[in-house]
Amino acid sequence: MDDVILKVEGITKTFPGVKALDNVSFDIRPGEVHALVGENGAGKSTLMKALAGLHKPDSGQIVYQGAPTEVTGPLDARQKGILLIHQELSLSPELSVAENIYLGAWPTNRFGVLKKRELRRNASKALEALGCGFGPDVRVGTLSVAMQQMVEIARAEAFSANVVIFDEPTASLTDTEKDQLFHTIRGLKARGVGIVYISHKMDEIFDITDRITVLRDGQVQGTVDTADTDLNQVTRMMIGRTLDTFFVKAKAEFGEEVLRVEELSKSGLFQDVSFSVREGEVLGLYGLVGAGRSEVVETVFGVRRADGGKIFWKGGDIALPTPRQSIDMGMALVPESRKEQGLVLMMGGRENTSLPHLSLFSELSVMNRPKELATFEKYRSALSIKTTGPDQAVSQLSGGNQQKFVLAKWLCADPKLIILDEPTRGIDVGSKSAIHELIADLAERGLAVIVISSEMPEVLGVSHRVLAMSEGAVVAEFEGDDMTEENLIDAVSHHRGEAAA
Amino acid sequence: MGQTINGVLRRHGLILAFLVFLGGVALNADAFLTPGNILDVLRQVSITGMMALGVTFVVLTGRLDLSVGSLLTLLTVIVVDQHNIAGPFPAIVMTLLVGVAVGAFNGLLVGFVGLNALIVTLAMLSFLQGLVLFYSGGSNVNVANAQETWFGVFGRGDFLGLPVPVILFLVGAVIAGLVLQFTTFGRRVYGVGGNETASIFSGIDARWTVFWTYVVSGFTTGVAAVIMGSRVMGAQNTIGQGYELTVLAGVILGGTSLLGGSGSIWRTVIGISMLGFIQNGLLLLGFPYYVQWLVTWAVIIIAVWIDLGAKRGRIFA
Ligand SMILES: Nc1ncnc2c1ncn2[C@@H]1O[C@H](COP(=O)(O)OP(=O)(O)OP(=O)(O)O)[C@@H](O)[C@H]1O
Ligand SMILES: [Mg+2]
Repeated sequence: MDDVILKVEGITKTFPGVKALDNVSFDIRPGEVHALVGENGAGKSTLMKALAGLHKPDSGQIVYQGAPTEVTGPLDARQKGILLIHQELSLSPELSVAENIYLGAWPTNRFGVLKKRELRRNASKALEALGCGFGPDVRVGTLSVAMQQMVEIARAEAFSANVVIFDEPTASLTDTEKDQLFHTIRGLKARGVGIVYISHKMDEIFDITDRITVLRDGQVQGTVDTADTDLNQVTRMMIGRTLDTFFVKAKAEFGEEVLRVEELSKSGLFQDVSFSVREGEVLGLYGLVGAGRSEVVETVFGVRRADGGKIFWKGGDIALPTPRQSIDMGMALVPESRKEQGLVLMMGGRENTSLPHLSLFSELSVMNRPKELATFEKYRSALSIKTTGPDQAVSQLSGGNQQKFVLAKWLCADPKLIILDEPTRGIDVGSKSAIHELIADLAERGLAVIVISSEMPEVLGVSHRVLAMSEGAVVAEFEGDDMTEENLIDAVSHHRGEAAA
Repeated sequence: MGQTINGVLRRHGLILAFLVFLGGVALNADAFLTPGNILDVLRQVSITGMMALGVTFVVLTGRLDLSVGSLLTLLTVIVVDQHNIAGPFPAIVMTLLVGVAVGAFNGLLVGFVGLNALIVTLAMLSFLQGLVLFYSGGSNVNVANAQETWFGVFGRGDFLGLPVPVILFLVGAVIAGLVLQFTTFGRRVYGVGGNETASIFSGIDARWTVFWTYVVSGFTTGVAAVIMGSRVMGAQNTIGQGYELTVLAGVILGGTSLLGGSGSIWRTVIGISMLGFIQNGLLLLGFPYYVQWLVTWAVIIIAVWIDLGAKRGRIFA
């Protein structure tokens, strides 16, 4: 028992219509990084939310530091030393870093007045211990995603956490930021903190973890030592089969030009961006987070307004389209952030899927429900989406299954051009390769495809041509044999170096 | 929309409390559950209810319409006054048109200019109250030939044993409910209220959607004014005072969220009816009529608190 800091014994958790966790047992040792893997909706986040007091399990117990413990809420968990770093970050953008670190547990004097100086001092200490490059007074809303994550991790220092849980922490980090995070995790580990690491990125799992527990449909498939296993075994445990690791690229047979962008500019965001994409072609947009890729495609789609430049659709000038016009022409944009831009969370999958195409799903303004249901069912099975029914609010779905509905809503109207902004973020390995196949399939059916991705193997694997973007400008274009990781890294870092000099 | 366990519980909790209240009143006031009294309550409810139908559209987009109280006053004065001048039919048409125009103006400022809905409609509340006094010169108006006109049918008539205003309200509710549940416009309203950014990314023009909800609200207030004028056969300068909050209280008591995106017409029908019976019950118990202001206050606070609590998943969880 000595070498186990936290133990989960036979936890079951049922939501209406789903058994999210089924008699799950699992333990965490001090100083280890324990991976939790499984398909979208396998129950990973639910299990961790149970540990952090966000869900009350139906049965089973948590043994923490040798004693059965009930965690009553997130704050209680934090004060006991169990810290969950969410899949979707959960900070208050309007508050300062220090206030966020101690959110809900601010030191106050007898009269309930905030002890500002103490708050600042403790927060500074935690930030320094992590080597953060920012101070306690910065407003959190102004920080990058990676920095915000550091603020959450600083809570581990501030509350001297014994267990820290990372739920898909690298989903929106750049490679450098990821390295920094791993450095931090190794630091925590050396201090004897027990760490749970949830991710769909297998290379990370094999890089940083000591043991791997696989969940499938709410049940533990087994726990293995990372050193004694390999990708194939883990994949087989996760999805019951192994996967080809190579990418399927669409045949390079291109038709007419669909979209051409000339010298598109928006001050402060991007300058003089030009590119074009043809029928049947997959164009990759690579760049670090913050390079301006999303802003460019949002402008093309019409949710942002450009200051200058031209957009041509099938050869015709379509200056400043609205999203409605873009959609009606046959453009689709799978946006970067599924919760803010992608979905109406309280609607079900059926209503979310038809939302961009109401006129296609209605006659004389009356919604055609059977047609909506048919489309819903088609994509539910095509993308193997786990949901209890067409009207289950998508807020109740796992992160990856939400992402699949964002894809469904844009695929269902047969677009001519589909722009995918980080399409596989948070998606499990099985579905990920399914989406890569889907991209190839779409291109072979004659669609023009633009893929934005921060994952180099992905962008190189699926694209016929790749543009490298850095700081709002297209800095290089690669085709054929020039499409290599070295060239891409070189292009974006060289430009950065130049800009700094 | 998605029914959560929370939602079901909070609805039942409220309805339970309401039934207990009904029972208490019935035991202490014999008149309460007589058909005559019930029809009276429903007549009253048909006016606030009709307004609440339109306001529900606005609230579903996550906005407010507090101008409807003064708008009701203005439109009632207009319908009665114009009835004397131009006759019933032109008076009704004009009333509805002014209602729609005021709604459109609110919609323009909130939807297109992007001003805060609370401020815009609160200012409109004040402006319209001034306009009423300007229009009427401060005196009350009455229908001149009350005995001869067919105008009384909307507020006083009966059809198949039911008061005409109640029938109008129910028909209005059915239409509004169908529009929200089954049309593309209804879907846009829920979309914009649920997640405006995602709706814009889905090609929905949030500005027009918001605009039209205010137009609907202006229109239903126009219909309510016709019923009101017809029932009273006159209009005082304060006839609609406080209605904006009664209507809002009814909408949120039904469980339509002020944050937008969740709620429905049948919830509003239930909420506004409950409110009507509560106020009537208190009168019958011998409370002075002005306790209804306190009730409105309490209902708003409790309903908003429950709404927020359910969102955070704390109360009744
Ligand atoms: N609040 C909720 N209400 C109803 N069902 C829920 C709720 N939260 C989760 N579920 C369901 O529980 C199951 C497990 O979800 P969970 O979020 O734990 O998956 P996950 O393994 O984290 O997946 P992902 O990799 O996609 O993040 C899913 O089927 C999901 O729909
Ligand atoms: Mg998850």
